[in-house]
Amino acid sequence: MRTLLLLVLMGLPLGGHAAEGHNECGQLAKCDPVKIDLRDQPSLQRGARTFVNYCLPCHGASYMRYNRMGQDLGIPEDLLKEDMIFTGDKVGDLMKTAMRKEDAKEWLKTAPPDLTLVTRWRSPEWVYTYLRNFYRDDKSASGWNNLVFPNVAMPHVLYEWQGELRPAQPTAQAQDGKPVEKTAPTSERLEVAKPGAKTAAEFDRDMRDLTNFLVYLGEPAKLDRYRIGVYVLIFLAVFLVFAYLLKKEYWKDVH
Amino acid sequence: MNTKAGAWRRLLGWVDDRYPLSETWEAHLSKYYAPKNFNFWYYFGSLALVVLVLQILTGIFLTMHYKPDTGLAFASVEYIMRDVDWGWLIRYLHSTGASLFFVVVYLHMFRAFLYGSHRNPRELLWIIGVVIFIALMAEAFMGYLLPWGNMSYWGAQVIISLFDAIPVVGPGLAEWIRGDFVVADATLNRFFALHVVAVPLVLIMLVFIHIVALHKVGSNNPDGIEIKKKKDARGIPLDGIPFHPYYTVKDIVGTTVFLIVFTVIAFFIPELWGWFLEHDNFIPANILQTPQEIKPLWYFTPFYSILRATTSDMVAWGLTPLVIVMAALIIFSVKRARTRLVTSAIAALLLIGFYFIEAKVWGVVLMGLALGAFFLVPWLDRSPVKSIRYRGWMYKTALTFFTIAFIVLGYLGTKPPSGLYSLLAKIGLVIYFLFFLLMPWYTTFDKTKPVPERVTWK
Ligand code: HEC
Ligand code: HEM
Repeated sequence: MRTLLLLVLMGLPLGGHAAEGHNECGQLAKCDPVKIDLRDQPSLQRGARTFVNYCLPCHGASYMRYNRMGQDLGIPEDLLKEDMIFTGDKVGDLMKTAMRKEDAKEWLKTAPPDLTLVTRWRSPEWVYTYLRNFYRDDKSASGWNNLVFPNVAMPHVLYEWQGELRPAQPTAQAQDGKPVEKTAPTSERLEVAKPGAKTAAEFDRDMRDLTNFLVYLGEPAKLDRYRIGVYVLIFLAVFLVFAYLLKKEYWKDVH
Repeated sequence: MNTKAGAWRRLLGWVDDRYPLSETWEAHLSKYYAPKNFNFWYYFGSLALVVLVLQILTGIFLTMHYKPDTGLAFASVEYIMRDVDWGWLIRYLHSTGASLFFVVVYLHMFRAFLYGSHRNPRELLWIIGVVIFIALMAEAFMGYLLPWGNMSYWGAQVIISLFDAIPVVGPGLAEWIRGDFVVADATLNRFFALHVVAVPLVLIMLVFIHIVALHKVGSNNPDGIEIKKKKDARGIPLDGIPFHPYYTVKDIVGTTVFLIVFTVIAFFIPELWGWFLEHDNFIPANILQTPQEIKPLWYFTPFYSILRATTSDMVAWGLTPLVIVMAALIIFSVKRARTRLVTSAIAALLLIGFYFIEAKVWGVVLMGLALGAFFLVPWLDRSPVKSIRYRGWMYKTALTFFTIAFIVLGYLGTKPPSGLYSLLAKIGLVIYFLFFLLMPWYTTFDKTKPVPERVTWK
């Protein structure tokens, strides 16, 4: 009986809940895996550089301060000022975007959301996949579309790096001989229409660095909490030994 | 040495003349006798105390930096996570503590079902416990609005709008709770006041009288035997040991193990894959953007499932026969004319109500009854024995089914209510209520084993 009840309690369906609805990647069956490693400081630095150059013009990271980022990623303050702050902000300021909301609405129809917590809301995998699946779509206002986020208002800002992609055309003739409409994604795959400045592998690496940085941005304390957690566990484990011995000593004379 | 001890004794004497310090210490700790056969399930009372203290302490520090204003709340939480020294730790301890509080309290309540702890003479102790449970739910519900994330917002919106369903007074009541026509700044402000001051005060007072009631009657134990019935010449229970030092040292061991579990979650997996902190709460509240699925945190989902399972089909094909069968059963087994009359009248009223009042209202009613049913357990349980160790197969089966139904309902509450899931939730709902409704019968007819004179141990 007791074991049965315990089994029932332990059967609490834990895993299945994982990021449900957040691992859905639009028209893709699932998001691509991405290796997140917050100890890889060069990767975080590269990601930060891409972020301030290519994303911050539209998106804010407005819960984060420049100098905190500098400290955590090992970027000295003068370098920060020279290379990474373009808005005239001070190093202790929040990383706000220079774009005004009203302008953004007028230019892009949708105000770009703040990205500080985007990997915690979506998931690192979602962001990584999203950034790599823009394709040419002449029907959209920006000229771009995205497999992960259909009809997205964001243009492919890194197209010079990645080049231009288009939905992979079915190799066999379209069924019934009817021509397949060009811009509609007929498959889950994109193919290169015009190559960019980087190879696919280089671009993937850059997007991995950027995603890695966005994960850091979502929770800077992550750098500390694993480390401190280990010390707390060691302390508790040692304490447990003594607490147990004390209990055993006292309970010797309970019969 | 001697003079030091002498000084200490003189000071204590001075205090004792003016305040019952030693007396309280002895009455509640060093000469309070608890059964010596407590097992695993008896850790959770002291663990609940530990978590209560932890929530209050971390809550105080959060309050120093949190801003109860719809324009500032979300950012102030992120400020705590980034700019306040150790702020991330304080926040994760508080969010992890909230969920673990419910884990601890659910296990604490489950213990009562295992060992009959709610039975005479502990009915009042149990009732105070159920009130604590309800206060705790209110506390958690209001706390969840404070970060002003999108799920905070929509969760509160949905739950408060339940009151709209109540006939006549509903809409006015919902508006009174919100202080506005929708969840808004006024709501956030009052929830802050209630979460930070009012409900914690109530909780602390309730926990205090919970302990007072406990020490008046003394603890039950895994054998369900009253140790006070067998005392030695000095009037000390033969199977009792002083709470201090025996259970203080034992509870320190239990607390340490609990803190290890706590640390693993708070430091390594504070979101617990969306179970303790939901992904949709990492974007600020947005009236224009409904989350894919609005669902409360896990500890509310069994009750949320019951609410959602009460569709008009359920009322017609589930509740109607249930009421008829229960009424027939009561009329058949109770001979008193008055009882039969009252039963028929209530059943008739319910059936008329099922026909005329919409299912949504019955969902709210059932959710209330799902909680209220706990109050009645001490009187629904008619078994001559308390502990599951000496009960027969009927009670064991009923409790197993109830536990499974509770967990399954909890799981389904986190999922969209489609086809199979919604059918399962309806079955779960019926099992949930049958556990209580049929209790007087299966505990009466169950074949029990003889209870020993003294507690069994080791
Ligand atoms: C020209 C302005 C612009 C630039 C530059 C830009 N974005 Fe965007 N981005 C947008 C807009 C507008 C949206 C909103 C799309 C929508 O809702 O349809 C968006 C949406 C997003 C989203 C989806 C957010 C969500 O969860 O809905 C992500 C992720 C994102 N951008 C990442 C980036 C990254 C990373 C960069 C830098 C490489 C970047 N963006 C550069 C305009 C921009
Ligand atoms: C803040 C929440 C609570 C605290 C701090 C608390 C504290 C305690 C403590 C310290 C004990 C004695 C130790 C033990 O038996 O485990 C106890 C016993 C008990 N509690 Fe609670 N409790 C809480 C909530 C509840 C709830 C929600 C219920 C039931 C609905 C409940 C019902 C009982 C009962 C029946 C006992 C006696 C158990 C026995 O003797 O077998 N308590 N509580």
